[in-house]
Amino acid sequence: MSAMWRRLQVKVGPARGLLTSTQVTRRSTWLNGHLSLCQSFSTGTSLRNDFFKDLETHMEAMRKKAMDALPGSSWTPLEINPNLPPERADIVIVGGGVMGWSIAYWLKQKEMVRGGVRVLVVEKDPTYSQASTVLSAGGIRQQFSLPENIHLSLASADFMRNINEHLGVLNEDPIDLQFNHSGYLFLASEAVAHIMEENYSTQRYAGAKVFLLSPTQLKEKFPWVNTEGVVLASYGLENEGWFDPWTLLNAFKRKAISMGAIQCCGEVTEFKYTTSVITTTDGEKLDLRRIKSVKVQMPNSLEYQPVECAIVVNAAGAFSGKLTEMLGIGFGPKQSIAAIPLPVEPRKRYVYVVRCPDGPGLDTPFLIDYSGVYVRREGLGGNYITGASPEEAAEPDASDLEVDHSFFQENVWPHLAFRVPAFEKLKVTSAWAGFYDYNTFDQNAIIGTHPLINNMYFATGFSGHGLQHSPAVGRAVAELILDGNYKTLDLSSFSFNRILTQEPKLERNIV
Amino acid sequence: MSAPLTYLHRCCQRSVLLVVARRQWSTNSASPPPLHRRLLLFLTQRFYDVEMLLGWRYQAQRSQLQKKNVYYSYTQRFYGPDIASAYYILSLKGGFRYVGQSEWFRTNQRGKFSWDFLNHKNTPIEEADMSYTIINYTGLENLERQRSLRTLKLKGCPEVDDWFLARLHLFQDSLEELDISHCPRITTGGLAALRNLKGLKHLNVSSLPGISNPGLVIILLEEMLPQCQITANGYDHNLRKVEEEEEEQMQRQR
Repeated sequence: MSAMWRRLQVKVGPARGLLTSTQVTRRSTWLNGHLSLCQSFSTGTSLRNDFFKDLETHMEAMRKKAMDALPGSSWTPLEINPNLPPERADIVIVGGGVMGWSIAYWLKQKEMVRGGVRVLVVEKDPTYSQASTVLSAGGIRQQFSLPENIHLSLASADFMRNINEHLGVLNEDPIDLQFNHSGYLFLASEAVAHIMEENYSTQRYAGAKVFLLSPTQLKEKFPWVNTEGVVLASYGLENEGWFDPWTLLNAFKRKAISMGAIQCCGEVTEFKYTTSVITTTDGEKLDLRRIKSVKVQMPNSLEYQPVECAIVVNAAGAFSGKLTEMLGIGFGPKQSIAAIPLPVEPRKRYVYVVRCPDGPGLDTPFLIDYSGVYVRREGLGGNYITGASPEEAAEPDASDLEVDHSFFQENVWPHLAFRVPAFEKLKVTSAWAGFYDYNTFDQNAIIGTHPLINNMYFATGFSGHGLQHSPAVGRAVAELILDGNYKTLDLSSFSFNRILTQEPKLERNIV
Repeated sequence: MSAPLTYLHRCCQRSVLLVVARRQWSTNSASPPPLHRRLLLFLTQRFYDVEMLLGWRYQAQRSQLQKKNVYYSYTQRFYGPDIASAYYILSLKGGFRYVGQSEWFRTNQRGKFSWDFLNHKNTPIEEADMSYTIINYTGLENLERQRSLRTLKLKGCPEVDDWFLARLHLFQDSLEELDISHCPRITTGGLAALRNLKGLKHLNVSSLPGISNPGLVIILLEEMLPQCQITANGYDHNLRKVEEEEEEQMQRQR
């Protein structure tokens, strides 16, 4: 029946095409001037043409009605917005950045049966205009001070090396992350050289291929660096460099959707939760909350859909603090656990694109000076990306993403020109700003559940190294949710408990 | 009986929509793929069974590759690292030459080689010819202990990619000649990693399809490795006229 209708449409198509083509040939043989006069004076096309066009649309409408009436079509008389998320999902991931989609991919990868877990990823901004993922400089390094961070980076580098085996989709081009294997070069002054040496031994023990260089060796290897004030340098040889974060995000997204994860564009505005009050041994009353459903608001509309869910994953990046406040965390009575908010807030960081034709060439590593200024090569045309972390006291206002160019003039360029004399003559071609999901407590990730909320998992607070850890953290969170415990990497030191006991796990190599 | 079945089942579930012969099917070729491949793609999009079978075939190919490139720890324990590296090179159908010897040990067309190389104990390898073999990043571990390797030929190896080049820093003191021409998976990011090979004297980067601006990249490479002689043939450095390019674009649109 449907095939018959389709054949009918096919017959009408060529007939109309024949007619219009003959008309065109007849018209084109006339003189051009005469033709244009004709065209401007006639008020409409000829009647015969109208008849066929109407016939085509009528046939199309009749065909559509017949197809909808047949069983198997999804037509309903009630008009439902197709962009709404499903009414029920097993796991709702709030945040569609690289962390959210990595968790979605690993959840679908680890499920035992096809369609075992229904995963919904909610992202409020499909253009990713404020997302930290796409505004990042895209570097990956193993030069951290905590062994967990080093292991996360190594595991993520392993993942990216075999990315086509993990995220390859049938008949699509192989994924090209544009990974530049140029390594990271950290420079240390007298004051911090001992920290660098300690970190070096931790990194070598964990398996990172890092080498220490003295100032003379540094000058020999990188003659364009001014080694004044540098006492020690640490250079990564393997698994370090930078890549394209947008490609990684899209690869995760494409693969997760091909495995059945559901994507939704909307904003989470409210949680519906049940509270059960328990009394601790000290006699203190605690409110244990369990999220029952998530209210997803459609963009630019009053429409919303409450999604019933079993587990919520907070991968909202810079906006995770705001999300947790919806559950009442941070507003409890003083001296109780509920009074401690999630210590993640957005911090603005500037990235400047500079052009310097005489700059260092293809072998420029991701250079990080002890003053906090970083620079890396971008492309082959003498462009570089540079920036710096501001002092704690002088943090820029994080309400928007406007770039402050005086920051470059005052804080970045002097140190940059001092360290690399070739950069004295440069020109700023472009700049952008992005948010760090800054963990104000100890600048390290917060992964795991909250003691007061039974079914919310955090994967946030990465303070600038979320992108490079995303594959490994995604796997860890999927293990936590589906297996109940960490299986490959033990990240229990990143749990929320350290914030309750006020024991910071400081990362000393934050850029 | 059920355990291997469930394992197979889980393998399939995990590898839904895997890449199957993707390099032949990728869209960088101007002509559409041949009939049998288009038929296979059509069937794959219709039937889960075909998709699963193709997924199994792909998995089998990858596991075969991994088996060939596994770390030969058994050989190393009983015969020492040099014999183990030599055996690895020969089993991958490559050839090598020991330090101080002038004769090359190679495999013939059928993969057979003579066992004479066992006579030279504890002699490190000086030159290795792994052209057109399936050596990859994990396989390089078998050559890790050869710190006096002077020449490494990797012409036309399909599994040599940027990560492999980054790992070549193991031979940074001794390597003098490197040939990575015709390797399809090498891109500019990997060539940047060659800066660690400070003793390199001859580098052959001809006909690398993966690098986008070959002329510029060769110049930057020459600047990066000043004492090295770089051979880069097989690139079309001619400036094409604008009209010719427009014509090509029109043809492609049609």
